[in-house]
Amino acid sequence: MLQIESRQFVQEHGLFACIQCGKCTGGCPMAVKTKLNPRDLIYRLLVAGNGYDIEGREELWDCTTCATCYSRCPKLVNPMEAVIALRSAFVEKGRVHPNVKTALESTFRYGNPLSMPREDRGAWVGDLQLKSFGEGTEYLYFVGCTPSYDPQAQKVARALVRLLDSAGVEFGILGDRESCCGSETRRLGELGLFEMMVEENQDLFSSMGISKIFTTSPHCFNAFKNDYPKNGRQVQHYTQLLADLVETGALHFMGEYNKVVTYHDPCYLGKHNGIFDEPRSVLKSIPGLELIEMDRSREKSLCCEGGGGRMWLEGTNPGTRLAQSRVKEALDTGAEILATACPFCLLTLEEAVKYLNVEDRLNVMDIAEIAVQAL
Amino acid sequence: MAFTPRIGVYICHCGINIAATVDVAQVTEFAARLPEVTVARDYTYMCSEPGQALIKNDIAELSLNRIVVASCSPLMHEPTFRATVAEAGLNPYCFEMANIREQCSWVHPGGTSTTRKAMQLVASAVAKARRLQPLEVRQVPVTPAALVIGAGVAGMQAALDIAEAGFQVVLVEQAPHLGGHASKLYRTFPTLESAVDLVNHLVDRVLSHPGITVKTDSEVKEVGGYVGNFRVRVLTGSQEIEVQVGAVVVATGFEIFDAHRKPEFGYGVYPQVITTLDFERLVGNQIQIDGREPEKVVFIQCVGSRDQSLGNPYCSRVCCMVTAKQAQLVRERLPNAQIQIFYMDVRAYGKGFESFYDRTREQGVIYRRGNPSEIIRRGNRVVVRAEDTLLGELIEVVADLVVLAVGMVPRADSETTAALLKLARSSDGFFLEAHPKLRPVDTAMAGVFLAGCCQGPKDIAESIAQARAAATAAMIPLMQGQVQVEAATSFIDEDLCAGCGQCAQVCPFSALSMHPVRAVMSVNPVLCQGCGACAVTCPSGAINVHHFTFDQFILQIEALSNMSTHPLPVSEVETMTVMEHP
Repeated sequence: MLQIESRQFVQEHGLFACIQCGKCTGGCPMAVKTKLNPRDLIYRLLVAGNGYDIEGREELWDCTTCATCYSRCPKLVNPMEAVIALRSAFVEKGRVHPNVKTALESTFRYGNPLSMPREDRGAWVGDLQLKSFGEGTEYLYFVGCTPSYDPQAQKVARALVRLLDSAGVEFGILGDRESCCGSETRRLGELGLFEMMVEENQDLFSSMGISKIFTTSPHCFNAFKNDYPKNGRQVQHYTQLLADLVETGALHFMGEYNKVVTYHDPCYLGKHNGIFDEPRSVLKSIPGLELIEMDRSREKSLCCEGGGGRMWLEGTNPGTRLAQSRVKEALDTGAEILATACPFCLLTLEEAVKYLNVEDRLNVMDIAEIAVQAL
Repeated sequence: MAFTPRIGVYICHCGINIAATVDVAQVTEFAARLPEVTVARDYTYMCSEPGQALIKNDIAELSLNRIVVASCSPLMHEPTFRATVAEAGLNPYCFEMANIREQCSWVHPGGTSTTRKAMQLVASAVAKARRLQPLEVRQVPVTPAALVIGAGVAGMQAALDIAEAGFQVVLVEQAPHLGGHASKLYRTFPTLESAVDLVNHLVDRVLSHPGITVKTDSEVKEVGGYVGNFRVRVLTGSQEIEVQVGAVVVATGFEIFDAHRKPEFGYGVYPQVITTLDFERLVGNQIQIDGREPEKVVFIQCVGSRDQSLGNPYCSRVCCMVTAKQAQLVRERLPNAQIQIFYMDVRAYGKGFESFYDRTREQGVIYRRGNPSEIIRRGNRVVVRAEDTLLGELIEVVADLVVLAVGMVPRADSETTAALLKLARSSDGFFLEAHPKLRPVDTAMAGVFLAGCCQGPKDIAESIAQARAAATAAMIPLMQGQVQVEAATSFIDEDLCAGCGQCAQVCPFSALSMHPVRAVMSVNPVLCQGCGACAVTCPSGAINVHHFTFDQFILQIEALSNMSTHPLPVSEVETMTVMEHP
């Protein structure tokens, strides 16, 4: 038994507004392959009276928090947030998957969910000439956990540094003082830990006088922009910054990149924050690059299944993976490069390419990695 | 002999609405001791027949010349009591009202402080009553003509009715031809009559009516004046003309929801995805997509309606029946087609609608409950992805043709039109009626009426009904021949006026102008609505508004703040909390 006080729950989450139209479930990428059905879940909470048992509802951990449900809801209901809140009931009882436990403990201890040592956080810099944030640095580059530690994603951070250097942007990093933004912690339902991380990060940013931040990951960007209390800080995803630099002419490409590219919209950039055009405008500004669209693009982009803590959870149906469907859609366009702008998407899509054995036909790359080749 | 006010003060119990929290006997006693008050009485319902008789009697027997009623808001009963005193032979402006219900008994908890506040409000009203002046209630003749803006079915019908009653009508239409949206339809529900025949019938009658002047390719640019005498500037082609009318019917209609705003449906991307309006054009010729007759047809309801994420929270009312009609037309033309309709709720509320819905289903049209989430491409067909909420299953329905039932939205130029006619708009953006039940075709502007979809989504029958109602309402001042104009207008102290003209700049009714000879400002009392904007703007204090003069206000404020006569103990001031309305 894991009882939810459903009467209070539906009130707090505005679920009375639901008209059971099914728009959320109809577009839910997980509803296709698991028992997750946001519309049905809301209905059960509504009719439960005061007590709803979520025992055994493993599908709650399937949600990738891709935002399709709430971005389309005609009554402004947010099933995604309801799922996160229900997860927190499991977390409170300590009844979570061992992987989740490990990720959360690591976040608490080392400031990253990857069980990596804090002191290695700046190791990705290598031989790059890179400032720490301080005097004379306008921007804080918030690198994020995955780009700090994952060898694949580190390439993105390194490419981004070269791009910004060439555009003359004054920026610095926090090195081993940087801690996880807490985005995935929150989405796994560990709200207490998340609050603590928000406080620590806010204090650090304030004490260092940081007023402008850009991030590698749309997840960090979204957390700072939408989950943190309003603080007057300017937060950008790096594709927004690059688009600005291209627009003003500070960033220009001397080289060419003669390839056909299709772009996968990361959920936390697109559906969550409506940033569809900036990544495309960066790609289009690269000489020689031909950008073609998949059928499902922009608001209809298919989730890669890496969000909402799913980097550490297989889900209830690991047999079919959305990333594989997505790679097939990219292949259908005839593109050679599947571009994205999110470390999670990068990793899940790359894995799918390997699984499908199509490495000779399709390369997954971050926009920064593509752009740096045309400098 | 100097004028001596003899004031009668009447405190209303309003049943228990006032009497439960205010000690009316005490207020009456207090009022009786105020200067120049001849009599003070309280009564259960002052607005009732015996209550009014009480006032009339006292006016006659005690020679009262000023009356104060302490009861509800003037919005509620000022007209009632003005009429009462007028019947007893007093000028209606010799009456003043103290609002001790909405502004006192309803919002305070009762007790001494509540009663004291009622006393202060009464004292204030009495202070003003001592300086009230009779004002001349004037009538002006009405221009026996009407302006109708918009020549869709509503505008045409309103124009016809007013013209049939013998008044001249100017019908202004932005488009080059008459008919509006209805002229773009193929058949109408629930009778499947030809829309063109229906519209053409109206157009012919309008064009051949000697009382109607039709101005197509025309736009109303400016509306001045007031009920009975509006001056309207109309841009017709490249020429600007002025028309004088006594009443205005606004029938500017709506716009179709732009389906591009639902990117998940791929309207404009997939040739197979069209709107209900596109379908009307299609069905007039052949139902074909890319030169092929569709085998599988899907309709999606509520596209852009009942959708708060787009700011269109309302139901567009017609789409359920439009879709049923179009499904029947598909069935008629393509007997073997598979037809499915996705719906959230079917609203078949009108006369004959439910049986029309029944017939649609009987013809093998399948209704599936669910609001589709997206449409994607599959080969040369599309796939509608949805949850069938009755099955609780995710479904993918392959289609050759998808028809999006787009709703109605306010016109993009609503803001301009609203500003032109000083119309209010409801939260959904359509023009706001004066009262949702009692005054559904009136606006807050006297002499301006609403017809058709500019006020909210309607079908043709409802538009015609509202048009005929608006026409009738518009004819009331036209038939009366005279309208009463506001007596509480502004007036100018010519000794103080420097002629700077700032008042004219703020006047929303263009009632102020420079006197051609005396170089001071003068007020056109027929145009002035007594809003007072000029009085507060005038840097010399040269402008006052009759019935709301600075002298009167100052006396009222003094009475309210005169602590020596009505002291409020500090402790009670603090405890005078404002309660929520029950």
